Amino acid sequence: MSTLRMFRKKPDDLGFFGKLGFYCLLILGALVSIFPFYWMFVVGTNDKGAVFHVPPLLTVGDQFFDNFKRVLEKSDFFQALGNSLFVSSMVTISVVFFCTLAGYAFAKYEFPGKNMLFVFVIATLIVPQQLGVLPTYVIMAKLHWIDSFKALIVPAMVNAFGIFWMRQYISAAVPTELIEAGRIDGGGHFRIFWKIAVPVITPAMATLGILNFMTVWNDFFWPLVVLKNKEHYTIQIALQQLFTTRDGLDYGMIMSATFTATLPLLVVFLLFSRWVIAGLTSGAIKS
Amino acid sequence: MAEPVLASPHAESKRPFLTEQRRSRFTAYTFISPFFILFSIFGLYPIFFTFYLSFFKWDALGPMKYVGFKNYDLITSDPTFWISFSNTLIMGLMGTVPQVFLALLLAVLLHSGMTRFKKTFRILYFMPNITSIVAVTLVFSTLFGNNGMINWLLGGIGVESMAFNSGWWGVKIAISTMVMWRWTGYNAILFLSGLQSIPMDLYESARIDGANRRQQLFSITLPLLKPFIIFVTLQSTIGALQLFTEPYVFLGQSGTGSTRQEGITMVTYLYSEAFRNGFFGTAAATAVLLFLVTILFSVLNMLISRSGSRETGGKKA
Repeated sequence: MSTLRMFRKKPDDLGFFGKLGFYCLLILGALVSIFPFYWMFVVGTNDKGAVFHVPPLLTVGDQFFDNFKRVLEKSDFFQALGNSLFVSSMVTISVVFFCTLAGYAFAKYEFPGKNMLFVFVIATLIVPQQLGVLPTYVIMAKLHWIDSFKALIVPAMVNAFGIFWMRQYISAAVPTELIEAGRIDGGGHFRIFWKIAVPVITPAMATLGILNFMTVWNDFFWPLVVLKNKEHYTIQIALQQLFTTRDGLDYGMIMSATFTATLPLLVVFLLFSRWVIAGLTSGAIKS
Repeated sequence: MAEPVLASPHAESKRPFLTEQRRSRFTAYTFISPFFILFSIFGLYPIFFTFYLSFFKWDALGPMKYVGFKNYDLITSDPTFWISFSNTLIMGLMGTVPQVFLALLLAVLLHSGMTRFKKTFRILYFMPNITSIVAVTLVFSTLFGNNGMINWLLGGIGVESMAFNSGWWGVKIAISTMVMWRWTGYNAILFLSGLQSIPMDLYESARIDGANRRQQLFSITLPLLKPFIIFVTLQSTIGALQLFTEPYVFLGQSGTGSTRQEGITMVTYLYSEAFRNGFFGTAAATAVLLFLVTILFSVLNMLISRSGSRETGGKKA
């Protein structure tokens, strides 16, 4: 298809210089996109002074472990990493399970009020999270969940985007006949879901899992509001705390921590980029 | 068909056919219930309670005291609130408008240029979006430092260096740049998927009619891309009004600096009213006003895009 299109375009081809211009702009854009990652690494592997070196230092140094040692002195970096891993995993497992269940019900069941309820689910997508932050905080205080991971996990256990995403996929990927056949064979509802539907839709579940993991991993506002003690900090709060330490900002240290905290997600993204992009841009399809 | 949702065991034994239907409905409601339960507790109830709370004086611990509209009076007579309001709008404009145009440009380039490296470019352009805002802010605060790379580059082209971490405009430029860096690629990919959905034969027949590249862009590509442009603009606008993490982290480097006037946003104002000063009532009033502003801008967005399509065929974003 793509080669065909190139062929068809021949009549008003851009010519050599036009193409060169296109390439240059695109490459410039790509450089701007990836430079900060490289810069993170450069600063993180050089000594303190490197960040404001004139002209800017662009070569990778060998101070990474020295820098990172100071990270470990100033924060419970690995504890925070572990906390984030725990919270993100718990939320992800729960989101994938409940959103798949709900998406399956919206895709394959008939029940009164179905369309209205689904529209409602979609409508909740536009409600900004910060709007309800005060009462949610009060609820957490009443439940004595302030400064506990429950405050991060429980409200996030199922979300509208996940339901939307799974419903779209299940409608297309799971043949209704298969479910009906299972029912005629006398399978229970949950059993059919688990044995027939789930095996077919694991790619969509995996995508939702990755997306959700990234969202929770990167979240800052809500953990900032509910977490009080250092040992409960998620990685994003821990990073921000490093930045607040006011004895002359030690950027070598900060960037070595930032790089280490960003790397896992970057690897996951690069491994699953096609799915992640499809998932993150799917929001536009509904509009 | 007005039978109750719950199938009673009594009915089950009597009319097995209906029971099957009821059971399947009951199953469906059970499957979707977790969302509705959680959303009513942590989504719906908080929204209503925020409105209610905005009429009370409360520190989240003691008894609540009804004060009528006093919270609204208090915040609207607080100059800091208005600074946070205008900052939010200014940074929203500075971050969103160039971003949408840049994203469009990148998408058009990606679509019409070389098809071969499209996948690679897509991945590269998307990378900023998966980075946490905290990480983005930390990296950019080194670039925007007084002796940082941006000032060095500015010096290279003969522009005086700027105080990006303390100046009135400097802070706003720095923060908008962070927002743009994180979202331009994402929006470009969205636009690209929109461009790919436009059938090629439209261009072909336009070419046969003698339309040149520019005419094709303005009378086919942009009008057909309009739903995507509206979606992106709306999403960016709503996002811009929620701006919090970038200014909070960027200006937080000296301790409590996040409420510094150069970069305070409405959400930062809300946050510090509630969680620094313990004024939950005024914070709730701020949330309500923020909500109204969000609705206002969403409606405005819709109106502009609608009238734009009538006059110019949807040329404007």
